[in-house]
Amino acid sequence: MTSWFKRIAPKLIPGEKKKNIPAGVWIKCPECGETLYSKDLENNLKVCLNCTYHFRLTSEERIAQLTDHGSFHELFRGLTAQDPLKFVDSKKYKDRIKAAVSKTELEEAVTVGRCLINGHDTCLCVFNFRFMGGSMGSVVGEKITRAIEYSIDQGLPLVIVSASGGARMQEGVFSLMQMAKTSAALNRLDKARLPYISILTDPTTGGVSASFAILGDINIAEKGALIGFAGPRVIQQTIKQDLPKGFQRAEFLIEHGAVDMVVSRKELKSMVSRFFDMILQKENKLLA
Amino acid sequence: MFVLEFEKPILALKSKIEELKRLQEDEKIVLTEEIKKLEKKSKELEITTCSNLSSWEKTQLSRHPLRPFSLDFIEKCTEGFIELHGDRQFRDDPSIVGGFCKIEGISFLVVGHQKGRNTTENLKRNFGMPHPEGYRKALRLMKLANKFRIPILTLIDTAGAYPGIGAEERGQSDAIAVNLREMAGFAVPIICIIMGEGGSGGALALGVGNRVLMFEHSIYSVITPEGCASILWRDGSMAREASKNLKYTAQDLLGFKIIDQIIPEPLGGSHNDPQKALYSMKEIILSNYKELAKLSGTELIEARYQKFRQIGEFVEAS
Ligand SMILES: [Zn+2]
Repeated sequence: MTSWFKRIAPKLIPGEKKKNIPAGVWIKCPECGETLYSKDLENNLKVCLNCTYHFRLTSEERIAQLTDHGSFHELFRGLTAQDPLKFVDSKKYKDRIKAAVSKTELEEAVTVGRCLINGHDTCLCVFNFRFMGGSMGSVVGEKITRAIEYSIDQGLPLVIVSASGGARMQEGVFSLMQMAKTSAALNRLDKARLPYISILTDPTTGGVSASFAILGDINIAEKGALIGFAGPRVIQQTIKQDLPKGFQRAEFLIEHGAVDMVVSRKELKSMVSRFFDMILQKENKLLA
Repeated sequence: MFVLEFEKPILALKSKIEELKRLQEDEKIVLTEEIKKLEKKSKELEITTCSNLSSWEKTQLSRHPLRPFSLDFIEKCTEGFIELHGDRQFRDDPSIVGGFCKIEGISFLVVGHQKGRNTTENLKRNFGMPHPEGYRKALRLMKLANKFRIPILTLIDTAGAYPGIGAEERGQSDAIAVNLREMAGFAVPIICIIMGEGGSGGALALGVGNRVLMFEHSIYSVITPEGCASILWRDGSMAREASKNLKYTAQDLLGFKIIDQIIPEPLGGSHNDPQKALYSMKEIILSNYKELAKLSGTELIEARYQKFRQIGEFVEAS
């Protein structure tokens, strides 16, 4: 453990209370239809015990699964979205944010922090799809950029776990520009020669997939995740054909060379730390 | 002829004037006063109409098939254009064109989206909607410019990156994202111009510049108004409503300080006098280039980083 961790007592992970799946409830798997006992499902990292379907996780669950117990310390709290466009569709944008905050008990669609992953001191960003579809507006773009700059400043490896429908329409061109902002910051991370692992989970599309999420030194797709630039519905409407089975799923991406590997949830943490072990704790003294 | 709804009353008056002129000529009747009156009225109508265009009307103007496109600029305002082709991996994407040229003796790498003006051209150019290989060609050319320390000029005019099976198979996300990251690191001046439609990531993939300029009646948006309407209103015909909400006109973006300057268009839009529009564009490119040319490579990279770094509207609790 680094001295940094001795100085700061680990705080509780903020975010959703365990209310999505009340204890003692039966849940039907959307993939195979099997009825699962919620406790069993949780103990199995929310992976179907029958068919290995990966249920979507909240950011709190993801952090708990990926980090060493009690090591996560949240960074860059207290950023609140504005409404520069005064956007109103069936609801006001401001009301949509309020609703998302009270639903998820999170401040925004991404949570950033410093943590240990099997002992590796890491800067970690985790999306929560339940917060307005994990969409990226100014706050998400700013937090990701700060996370990248923090990694450079502290010399830390970076892990981003994406789950996002893309840019947040209600912030218009401000959202679009976050793609450029985050990607430009990754140019600096590149030059600092610090490793960045991008973990793409279900779903990662649009402006998030077409910026930092696809720019990992290694890209890991979680098993079964939908990943792509254009959404399947838009593509279908454009080409007026049925889409092939498995189109834009993690397995399609590995076949077409867009990700380095498809990893099941159980293997995710160990894969991250194995990669860090390999490139950060090298004994290649002869080449130094 | 391609006529927009708001242009109809103006055109009606103009044709009335023509009719009177013909009458005067043929019938030898003196109509000078009437003609003068109508000409004044028509001019006034044109000015009021064109200074009060709605975001939807500007959207239509930004998509006007007779606006100047990238190749028009290259043909009319540059010399010695050497077009370069292909991404060296898959194919040449004709929806993006690029190559080296000179503007008033200064070498530039110019790369831009290219739409078509008719069906045949549009089939060839895929309506200016690139596949990954288009963005990879653009990146290859920009890397050459960086290597030879030649300034980069990008011309943006697309409804968006093409949403298709092949585009996804070949990594549309990767092609766009890599351009965003790499453009941030080039040590040469980059000037980006929104010619007409700046459609989402497909536009931004050529848009990470030291200067971002927009034509007076161009738009730059995170999503098309039609796409936004079909998602948020679940009704594509609500596009007008969406266009109001998205605040994506050149004037909106200048107000947001997301772009640096607006290139004025001839009254009623560039299609009324493309030559004049292109001339203004060329002058503005040169004046911006002259300022950027004073900066070193490191300064250009830093300035570009800070330009995008500060974009975002949020409140931070102290
Ligand atoms: Zn199942």
